Amino acid sequence: KNPYGADDGIEEIHAGGLELRCFQTRTDVKFVITAEPGTSDMEYVLKEIYLLYTDCALKDPFYELEMPIRCELFTQAVDNLIEHVEKNGPSKR
Amino acid sequence: MSRAPSNILDRPLGGRGRNSSTETAVSQSAFAYLYSELVQYHQSRVASISELERRLESSGYGIGLKVLELLSYRSRESKRETRLMNILQFVSANVWKSLFGKPADSLERSIDHADEFMIVDYEPLTSTYVSVPSDLGQLSVDSFLSGIVAGVLDGAGFSARVTAHSVTLEEGEAGYGSSNSSLPPRKDKAVFLVKFSPEVLKRDTGLER
Repeated sequence: KNPYGADDGIEEIHAGGLELRCFQTRTDVKFVITAEPGTSDMEYVLKEIYLLYTDCALKDPFYELEMPIRCELFTQAVDNLIEHVEKNGPSKR
Repeated sequence: MSRAPSNILDRPLGGRGRNSSTETAVSQSAFAYLYSELVQYHQSRVASISELERRLESSGYGIGLKVLELLSYRSRESKRETRLMNILQFVSANVWKSLFGKPADSLERSIDHADEFMIVDYEPLTSTYVSVPSDLGQLSVDSFLSGIVAGVLDGAGFSARVTAHSVTLEEGEAGYGSSNSSLPPRKDKAVFLVKFSPEVLKRDTGLER
């Protein structure tokens, strides 16, 4: 059960070939990540992506809420994050 | 009951004396959100890219005039700048330092045109979080900063047209890491092209003799 009130969200799905994890923010924005089963630290990645979302998408005057995110800075930052995690595992800053 | 008289222009913004050192800083996020709103406000009222840039420039112009007054007062120099190179140095060093905490990254003179100069900033504050969509092509949100520069120059008596350009970084340029380590390194730098009016050039060469 989500301690912050909303009980409608999917938290985790383990299926045959994949694992799905969802992170729901206080503003009802959902971040969903699909990965190969056995991937560690998806929680950390989701939180980092949330951080990048607030920085690169919400501060961008050209991003409209609810629209698909087309901010180059955001996609670049997410790419860098995934690369970094793949190489080094979770590194708490 | 009397307070030690302190001129309002000498006091830093924010803070009422006790903790003024910690209260003078505004978070970069707050500025980013405010500036994003400014851009969106203008964007909804214009029909073209150049008009948006011009509106941002005029928003910054008034700030430039005031910054010039403030810095001239605070520096307590008894003479004002009359030479071109000196006012450009003033802008790229002093104005930049007071606005952004560090002097501009470089000041260059154009080879092709004698009346053009370029001030380069590798990390302009206004476009830290901005991703310009491809259909807006050449827009530079740093036009606000070029408005500030234009205000300073105009106020000092050197009328100029200042435009902001995003120039892609070459290999190996600006090697130092960005101040915000979670963001990817910037792909472009801001170049502020300063084009002086002909009478300013004439006056300056006249003064050289």
